[in-house]
Amino acid sequence: MTAITIDAMPNVPTNEASLRLTRPTAKQLEIAAAPSSATEHAAAMRAFFAAVLPPILGVLLLIGIWHVATMKGGAAGATIPSPAKTWEAAAKLFADPFYSNGPNDQGIGWNILASLERVGIGFGFAALVGIPAGFLLGRFALLSSLVNPLISLLRPVSPLAWLPIGLLVFKRADPAATWTIFICSIWPMIMNTAQGVQRVPQDYLNVARVLNLSEWKIVTRILFPSVLPYMLTGIRLSIGTAWLVIVAAEMLTGGVGIGFWVWDEWNNLKVEHIIIAIFVIGIVGLILEQALLLLAKRLHTEG
Amino acid sequence: MERYVSIENAGMTFDTKKGKFVALRDINLNIRQGEFVSLIGHSGCGKSTLLNLIAGLTLPTTGALICAGREIPGPGPERAVVFQNHSLLPWLTCFDNVMLAVERVFGRNEGKAELKARTQAVLEMVGLAHAMHKYPGEISGGMKQRVGIARALAMEPKVLLMDEPFGALDALTRARLQDELMAICTKTQATTVMVTHDVDEAVLLSDRIVMMTNGPAATIGEVLSVDLPRPRQRLELAHDAKYMDCRSKVIEFLYAKQQHPLAA
Repeated sequence: MTAITIDAMPNVPTNEASLRLTRPTAKQLEIAAAPSSATEHAAAMRAFFAAVLPPILGVLLLIGIWHVATMKGGAAGATIPSPAKTWEAAAKLFADPFYSNGPNDQGIGWNILASLERVGIGFGFAALVGIPAGFLLGRFALLSSLVNPLISLLRPVSPLAWLPIGLLVFKRADPAATWTIFICSIWPMIMNTAQGVQRVPQDYLNVARVLNLSEWKIVTRILFPSVLPYMLTGIRLSIGTAWLVIVAAEMLTGGVGIGFWVWDEWNNLKVEHIIIAIFVIGIVGLILEQALLLLAKRLHTEG
Repeated sequence: MERYVSIENAGMTFDTKKGKFVALRDINLNIRQGEFVSLIGHSGCGKSTLLNLIAGLTLPTTGALICAGREIPGPGPERAVVFQNHSLLPWLTCFDNVMLAVERVFGRNEGKAELKARTQAVLEMVGLAHAMHKYPGEISGGMKQRVGIARALAMEPKVLLMDEPFGALDALTRARLQDELMAICTKTQATTVMVTHDVDEAVLLSDRIVMMTNGPAATIGEVLSVDLPRPRQRLELAHDAKYMDCRSKVIEFLYAKQQHPLAA
């Protein structure tokens, strides 16, 4: 690094003789630059390993414990399949994820997609209702004091308690599961959006008042952009809860879906498939969460 | 106009949890059209409160504020405010921040191209032509403050209100922006009210300096006319007898007659 700053110094004399004196030769530059780029490279490598190595070790540790516990004569040897056996089953399962032998025997790919579809529809409706509702609650204090007690009352209710109401109203299992997702994902979006609206900096609202902006401009240029991070937090929490709940809802309603699949495999006593399902559910949830975090980072603006 | 902005017996009382808090009382002040007035005083003396009253962001509990013959009903673009912390919207570029104001004031009568030309012109005036498509997060504090000033000037306000516009800047940047502001005010002939706690800034820029007593229940203590010819040159004034005299009068008011509340 030092070699480069010498080269770029602005007040180096410009006549030839002194140039030759002060400027390091190309070879000197090379020597000076080589070790610094090597150490930089090493530092980057170290940072990379520091970030990647511990998680890998953690996973290996889990598999190790699992392996030891399921060895012959181990604590869970007879009932829980070993990692190797599970891996074999997974390889077979994912070799053909999109087969379909009638409504009760479909590939794991279809099951995952069916669950994602339910979550997508239920969550989509929840966003359509919850985000505008959050804006209204944040903007109008009277409305918020009217509705807040109701939200506090309903929010802690397990989403599954809403399933019978869904069955009663929609008469079919599928919309009832979607309804359950809707109910559980609407609360975080309402609450976070409302909080975001209440926390719009007073400075920005003063700007709006001095400029005498129209209500539409206030919403699009000031409220929406400044609420966006709060809204995204709400969306992330909502999707997380929805993905948690879908498994339980599908166990109860049946049909096609990862939750139903788990229950089906339990009835078939294919324990290695249940373990695979647990990993799959975890990985899909992780991907959803990371995708939304990435989106939030992309949309973040600094003042 | 001798009484372009006129403040008559204005007082401001806030309701707090501990009861009523009298921030300002018996404020009487007339400001000429085109005049540059500074409000100076120790922190907590209500100078920003007074500025907010002129802006219309808060309404007085007693008395009246009149601008161009009409009572001030609330905030509006004819009384533009340069906020202390620039208050640019971070999700809009500098250009769009100024454009937002320009559209609001001139959008009804002018086409898109004219509005853009106005925005560009005012950003050029504050020396930001090169940075106008950057976001506020990408430019320095001094540049942000200049965008804030540009946004206010772009509205061609009747009154320009500035709340410690250069308070957060380093001394060198501040001096440069003060010089620019003087040039702009001469050019636009804007009536300007500036809150400051910098004695040199007040003397250099102002036609009159309004010195405020310590709060609570602050009011105007003295008003000093600065009869220095314009354009003013910072370097020449540094040894000017009249300048030094004004300066010492303000300092005497601030540190002898109105000691800082914490030092007293």
